[in-house]
Amino acid sequence: MNDLWILMKSELVITLIIFILLFIKLSRGMKNESLLALTQILLLANFIIGFFFNKQGSLFGDMFYTTPLIVLQKNILNLGVYLISLLCSGWLKKTPHLPEFFMLMLSALLGMFFMISSGNLLMFYLSLELASIPVAAMANFDLEKKRSSEGAMKMILSSAFSSGILLFGISLIYGATGTISFAQLSSQLDGSPLQILAFVFLFAAFAFKLSVVPFHLWTADVYEGSPIAATSFLSVISKGAIAFVFISALYRVFQPLQETWYIMLVILAIATMVIGNLFALRQQNIKRFLAFSSIAQVGFILVAISSNDSAGISSVVYFILIYVFSNLAAFGVASVITDQTGKENIDDYKGLYKTNPFLTWILTLALFSLAGIPPTAGFFGKLFLISAGAAKANYGFIIVVVLNLVISLYYYLRIVRAMFMDKNEQPVEKIKVTAAGKFALILCAAGIVLVGLLSWIYDYIVMINK
Amino acid sequence: MNLLLLILAPLVTAVAALLARSKWQVRWISFAGSVVQLILAFVLLFAFQNERGTGNATQMLFEQNYNIFPAWNINFHLGVDGISVAMILLTSFVVVAGVLVSWNIEKMTKEFYFLLTLLALGAYGFFISLDLFVLFFFLEIAVIPKYLLIGIWGSGKKEYSANKLALMLMGGSALVLVGILGLYFSSGHSFDLLSLSKMNIAKGTQSIIFPLLFVGFGVFTALFPFHTWVPDGHSSAPTAGSMFLAGISMKLGGYGCLRVATYLLPEGAKEYANIIIILASIAILYGAFATMMQKDLKYINAYSSISHCGFVLLGIGMLTKTAITGAVMQMVSHGLMTALFFAVIGMIYDRTHTRQVSEMSGLMRMMPFISTVFFIVGLCSLGLPGLSGFVAEMTIFMGSWENADMFHRIATIIACMSIVVTAVYILRAIGQVAMGPAKESFLQLTDAKWNERMAAAILVIGILAIGIIPGWLNELLKPASEVIMNKIGAK
Repeated sequence: MNDLWILMKSELVITLIIFILLFIKLSRGMKNESLLALTQILLLANFIIGFFFNKQGSLFGDMFYTTPLIVLQKNILNLGVYLISLLCSGWLKKTPHLPEFFMLMLSALLGMFFMISSGNLLMFYLSLELASIPVAAMANFDLEKKRSSEGAMKMILSSAFSSGILLFGISLIYGATGTISFAQLSSQLDGSPLQILAFVFLFAAFAFKLSVVPFHLWTADVYEGSPIAATSFLSVISKGAIAFVFISALYRVFQPLQETWYIMLVILAIATMVIGNLFALRQQNIKRFLAFSSIAQVGFILVAISSNDSAGISSVVYFILIYVFSNLAAFGVASVITDQTGKENIDDYKGLYKTNPFLTWILTLALFSLAGIPPTAGFFGKLFLISAGAAKANYGFIIVVVLNLVISLYYYLRIVRAMFMDKNEQPVEKIKVTAAGKFALILCAAGIVLVGLLSWIYDYIVMINK
Repeated sequence: MNLLLLILAPLVTAVAALLARSKWQVRWISFAGSVVQLILAFVLLFAFQNERGTGNATQMLFEQNYNIFPAWNINFHLGVDGISVAMILLTSFVVVAGVLVSWNIEKMTKEFYFLLTLLALGAYGFFISLDLFVLFFFLEIAVIPKYLLIGIWGSGKKEYSANKLALMLMGGSALVLVGILGLYFSSGHSFDLLSLSKMNIAKGTQSIIFPLLFVGFGVFTALFPFHTWVPDGHSSAPTAGSMFLAGISMKLGGYGCLRVATYLLPEGAKEYANIIIILASIAILYGAFATMMQKDLKYINAYSSISHCGFVLLGIGMLTKTAITGAVMQMVSHGLMTALFFAVIGMIYDRTHTRQVSEMSGLMRMMPFISTVFFIVGLCSLGLPGLSGFVAEMTIFMGSWENADMFHRIATIIACMSIVVTAVYILRAIGQVAMGPAKESFLQLTDAKWNERMAAAILVIGILAIGIIPGWLNELLKPASEVIMNKIGAK
């Protein structure tokens, strides 16, 4: 009984917060501002609790298991959600259904936690559904905007489709091996054609959620239509969670098929980086731009996953941590600007430095981190991803990867150039950032600079990964 | 001496400049910081010579080693030999001069000095790091400030040039990254320069990795045909930007070609030496002839930089001790000279508001100081004895002549011929700009101000110090280049 409380600590705390919000909603309700402050405090508490009472073990006959690494992964997501609640406070304050938004977001987070901890394909499927359906509702949260509903519709259809593929894959796996438990599965896999087919279906479902090319088509539309709070959740938290599960599924469960998935990963990584980069070059809308840039980032994550050793896991976890800070900083600035002026185009960012130096520096730092330029943490994150992928001494592959790094630099610099160099008759006026937003942006900036320079963070990840 | 000071001094300067309240404070903080760096560089020089004087023949002095990413075996490993000391001295000279000539920058002064100091930080870190990962880190730090410096404070088609420069240099450093990772995985997971130099890397691997590293670093130092960013980048950059670009950042490439590519992969270097020589000869001749056709002063110096940096690569490609020493001398000499050249061009442009040679004449009468400096730097560029250019190029030619076969002879002769071409374009430009009747509209122009005089004086002192008494530089560099060449097993 004691084990249950400790092992499922993260999930229980999130459930508790959801219930608190629910009771507030059902009782007299609260003003948006105080409710937001309360939620922020609860999320911060949740993040802090994440560091304590960590234990390794499994529950419910291996349906649910947890390790220190998993706890860390969950806590990275906790951090991300906390940051989103601060960064998007301007929009959140105005939304008429604040408790519902947080309940949806936290339910999705809960689903992701179960997904990361799942030790069984059935459990995995259930939690994946829990993690994706609320997100579709979040995407629809700009109720008066058509695009928002369009995005949500696309999201729900494509995620239903990918769930179908996943279920089909699971049923084939069950047919081929007679088990759906992760622990038993790996010993049953021998690479027979049926198993490979089943694996390809599973892989495709992951690829859908990670928006790997050619399963990426829903991404840009959904990102563009959704409110930024939902977009940043989708692109950071949900991507991160899927990447964690994906890597542990490949390394732990599908290890016997590693020759198959190595080739698949190399091809998909190249396709994802190239397509993501090329489409990002021409985007005008900042959200679409970030959507394609995040597709390209996933390509780099796949590079590290292809390494198939412990360096792959540690560098992905490290990269996601950095990605949380950098991408959320970028979305945070975009959110502040969109929220106050309604402007979403890159052209509107021209001459931003004159009026809003603080926002410009933060966005520059975030973009440099995404592009992997030192001294930001993104440099270390990217380099470790590439180094992990380079372990197989596949020079051609690595050259393609680093050339993509250069292409990506071009479009990140495009925004920097717009903000610092381009002239604009009517730049965005001086924007007043809320205290919470400012705090979160500074937190992100600190994270972007410090996570790389404080090398013990990476050592810590390596240590608990052992 | 503690080498960390060389990183801390610019770091503190940069942060202090960001925190400063007024433009006046920013300028003086940056100036003070750059003087501190100059003093540190001299302290380093004397400490180094002292240590060598007491008979300490360790390859690297003042070593420091901190393990930062144990999982990847990445160490923050610092240390210097003669070559690094020379490059650090060069950097500190150029930094002081660059800070001084930028005194009049009014637009975003704080950011300008911040980026300038950041660039210097990258260069210092690059020259003292003995771990390839850390070296790469500092190499990339030195790239992005250039993009912003050109894009924000530049002139002409600055956005285009800034983009071209950033992308080409990043492309170069991407190749360097692949090369470094190749070294790392083929050497049993080590980024450490010294331990890598003791390993025997298979010949097949060397012939894959060497071109990646050499071309990667070569992009920085205008290796033909990757030189195209040089003219655009230099001509669009603000004065101090051009000075840093040509004086410091092109030297990062030469240093990397020598220290990383040639030193760690001797077999690869031997295999590709002839190709390097051919490319370098093309760069030397092409650069010189292209300069003849230029009408803009900045373009003249940019193309002549391609030609002069060709000498650096030629010296490396010759693979003899003397030639390598000459190559490093050429890096130092060209760094000082070209920084001074750009500084003078900047001073002239600030007054006449044109950089077209044909629109100027007779500046000697109104600006004797600037014109005299212009003469000195021009003569240095064409290799007049007594100035640094002669010493460096002479050493390279002597080293090249040690290779007794026909191929090397021809390459040397071709390179020598370029000096004649250099004399043509330099004398023509100087004659047009400084001599002749003074233009009416230029008559009320004034001569250099105190900051410009100081900047020019510092660089002229550097040029003369190498030109008149080259022995100290030779003694500084020779043991270091012997270590590199002994590994290759050359003369």
